Amino acid sequence: MSMHPGWQAVIGLEIHAQLSTSSKLFSGASTAYGAEPNTHTAVVDIALPGALPVPNHAALDKAIRFGLAIGAHIASRSVFARKNYFYPDLPKGYQISQYELPIVSGGRLPVRLDDGRVIEVELERAHLEEDAGKSLHDAFHAATGIDLNRAGTPLLEIVSKPVLHSAQEAVAYMRTVHTLVRWLGICDGNMQEGSFRCDANVSVRREGAEKLGTRAEIKNVNSFRFVEKAIEYEIERQIRALENGEAIVQETRLYDAARHQTRSMRGKESADDYRYFPDPDLPPLAVTLADVEAVRATLPELPEARRARYIGELHLPEIDATQLCHDRATVEYFEAVLSGLRTRDAGPGEKGDAKLAANWVLGEVSAARNAEHLHFDAPRVSASALAELLTRVREGVISGKIAKDVFAAMWSGEGDADAVIEKRGLKQISDTGALAAAIDAVLAEYPSQLADYRGGNEKLLQFFVGQVMKRTKGQANPQQLNALLREKLQS
Amino acid sequence: MTGLFTSIAQCAQALRARQISAVELAREALRAAQTHADLNALISVDETGALAAAERADARLASGTWSSLSGIPFAHKDIFCTSGVRTTCASRMLADFVPPYDAGVVERLHDALAVSIGKANMDEFAMGSSNENSFFGAVKNPWDTARVPGGSSGGSAALVAAGVVPFATGTDTGGSIRQPAAFCGLTGLKPTYGRVSRWGMIAYASSLDCGGVLARSAEDCMHVLSAIAGHDPRDATSVARGVDNYADALRAPLQGLRIGVAREYFGAGIDAGVGATVQAALKQYEQLGATLVDISLPNAALAIPAYYVIAPAEASSNLARYDGVRYGHRCAHPTSLEDLYTRTRAEGFGAEVRRRILVGTYALSAGYYDAYYLRAQRVRRLIANDFVEAFKAVDLIAGPTTPTVAFKLGEKSADPLAMYAADVNTVAVNLAGLPAISIPAGFREGMPVGLQLIAPAFAEGALLAASHQFQLATDWHRRTPGGAA
Repeated sequence: MSMHPGWQAVIGLEIHAQLSTSSKLFSGASTAYGAEPNTHTAVVDIALPGALPVPNHAALDKAIRFGLAIGAHIASRSVFARKNYFYPDLPKGYQISQYELPIVSGGRLPVRLDDGRVIEVELERAHLEEDAGKSLHDAFHAATGIDLNRAGTPLLEIVSKPVLHSAQEAVAYMRTVHTLVRWLGICDGNMQEGSFRCDANVSVRREGAEKLGTRAEIKNVNSFRFVEKAIEYEIERQIRALENGEAIVQETRLYDAARHQTRSMRGKESADDYRYFPDPDLPPLAVTLADVEAVRATLPELPEARRARYIGELHLPEIDATQLCHDRATVEYFEAVLSGLRTRDAGPGEKGDAKLAANWVLGEVSAARNAEHLHFDAPRVSASALAELLTRVREGVISGKIAKDVFAAMWSGEGDADAVIEKRGLKQISDTGALAAAIDAVLAEYPSQLADYRGGNEKLLQFFVGQVMKRTKGQANPQQLNALLREKLQS
Repeated sequence: MTGLFTSIAQCAQALRARQISAVELAREALRAAQTHADLNALISVDETGALAAAERADARLASGTWSSLSGIPFAHKDIFCTSGVRTTCASRMLADFVPPYDAGVVERLHDALAVSIGKANMDEFAMGSSNENSFFGAVKNPWDTARVPGGSSGGSAALVAAGVVPFATGTDTGGSIRQPAAFCGLTGLKPTYGRVSRWGMIAYASSLDCGGVLARSAEDCMHVLSAIAGHDPRDATSVARGVDNYADALRAPLQGLRIGVAREYFGAGIDAGVGATVQAALKQYEQLGATLVDISLPNAALAIPAYYVIAPAEASSNLARYDGVRYGHRCAHPTSLEDLYTRTRAEGFGAEVRRRILVGTYALSAGYYDAYYLRAQRVRRLIANDFVEAFKAVDLIAGPTTPTVAFKLGEKSADPLAMYAADVNTVAVNLAGLPAISIPAGFREGMPVGLQLIAPAFAEGALLAASHQFQLATDWHRRTPGGAA
């Protein structure tokens, strides 16, 4: 299915995921974000004469982790290469990357599209490389500032094969990778801080054509929405050009978010020659089978497997399972709530527990969290506190509706569920005597409605329920109220 | 020649016997440096640092704890970063560069309480075989000041030959320790690649660069190697392997030693007199109990072309960091980024450095990479295999270190290819990563001739032993420009 009849778009993504190591790829300097400029810089990072790189094995382990998660080949011998070019924020005059022999090659990733279809995206490779520093063009008058704090930060460049055919597929793939790297604990995925960014290679060809069209590379797009917009724009631009008989130039283009368009980065295309060659300062990286197995032993259950299990074993609806499995912190929170609920059960656990927990995690908790941009790893209401609240619902102490108010109070720090219920006097009225008194009072107050009901207008039942609830400030146990009310109305 | 600095052991003995203090010794060396200022062998003199180090050594000597190098004056080739002391690599680019850290070799000699008097002149970024490629001017050979001392560790060689210090550090990428040692009548040791830390040693060609020592004798080289050899986790190419006891190794006899005489090392371009002098020295080895074996290193002739592709290729990348942005020379009033780069680098680098950067950039360029860089790497493996094969039948390989004795200043400076050809017998050793030594073997027209011995990887002990046993029976290494010591 194409939005452009007769044409097929071909897209490959190069995703740069910053590996969450505490020190840099080749030096002991910190990778923490947001420090004063040029304070996280060892002699290696500022490329002093005689300084030498030493590989950070934590970064290597994280790359292997990613490779195993996508079923890729982990090279027993991979080679760091120098990519030579001059730029002020590239202190050595070359970037240490991997070229001919990357640590991870091949692999595939199932990607769930918005319409529920799943495509298998093949990957080309994933390789280790160091980040450059930052050039600050606006901070100084008539000069450029250089901040080398980021220089040498470890990146995993994840390269897909050119197998994506729409902006939507590309974004779904990017989201899946984003979920996976956070799930694996190898990247914090923070796009504002640049921890997860993407270059997109886009070309178009006539439907059915074998040969790939000339591609343009869209650089450094740092949000899902912009990736989608940029690719959409680029596909249309290329099709329009080709239909007008123009040729596509192989070039690098920048996405202009304000105008929602891409534009050429250079006036004329200069063929870059990076003069790659193996870095003589770094012997080939040797990875033994034992190294790989040690990493494999620490791999968590992957999102797709977890999702399938939620559907199969917990009988969650697909949509709930999919949403929960977007990130590991959510999943962990959900499972903690569920286990809290089950601990409180005498029996083997109600079948409805999972659905109840999922409803709350995806409903109230997500909403409250999103409102404050909080993550599940730092929720204001802990999983065990939520489990306690839900237990009170199941015990009939409060209604589901009241529980939402209690949750809001808990979220704003008023204490745990029992304390809030107690303090606010929210316990359900399950005492038959008290309920009966309230019903009697309502029936006495509305004699004409009572006559109507008894005359056959059964819709008025809800009216009486509402009035009793009002009188009891919502604390009436709904099941009991219904039963008792029907009994009284019929008498 | 003062006579004080004939050997490290002699200095150490005098220090221990309290005949002289380390401070007095340091002052002596500083005075000698001044006396020989005409050699232009030092780029920086560090009097304050030297005296402070000597005082520290004296304190330790007084407390009875010392190493064989405690209180011994020496000089570092100006390629080793010294914290707080200007380190120029003989380049305008780094003429004012003061490193904030010490090289691994510098730390180790500091820990051994050796006393550095300053930084020795050299060819700019270690590129050269005559020490004429220095921003700070050429160095003169103490044996004949009209001649070059060799390069690139020419300042180190001149200082030791003139008796200013008993030893100096050097680096050897294609012969830069052995060739100046040969030209100046010294013993120069290039260890196995990976045996000595490259941390803080300014890179020329990373896969070939090797720190080492120039001294008067193999025994002195042994003392220094014992101090500087060892694993350094800050250098990923440094080898994690125990260091041999070289003092013990020194005693190994020559009896039964099989020395391979590589016929290619006596080939065309080797001065007849130099060849004959080396043959005579080898005869002496035979008389002392060694067996000479005629061997062949069939790919020896390919070493120069392979070296002059690989070394410049690595250099072109290693020297990219000198861009005028963070430290070092920066052109005045750059008008654009490109202007900053081009003028900074055109002004900061000398002609030979620029030439090698251009050659190396070319060799790595798309379309040429396979024909030059990859091919040179294949040749490199062939050359390494030649040695592996040869060492199946012999313990060491011998030949002249250089084709000629020290040439005249200016004689080859206009002809880079003739200059490169002077490395014909030394570069293969670097391509194969092996240890080698050059020892004084006699004289040709009043100038010293060097004999090169090559050993299998990590057999520095065997090299030192073979050299030491020869030096016990000969006195070539005792000759000095002022006459026998």
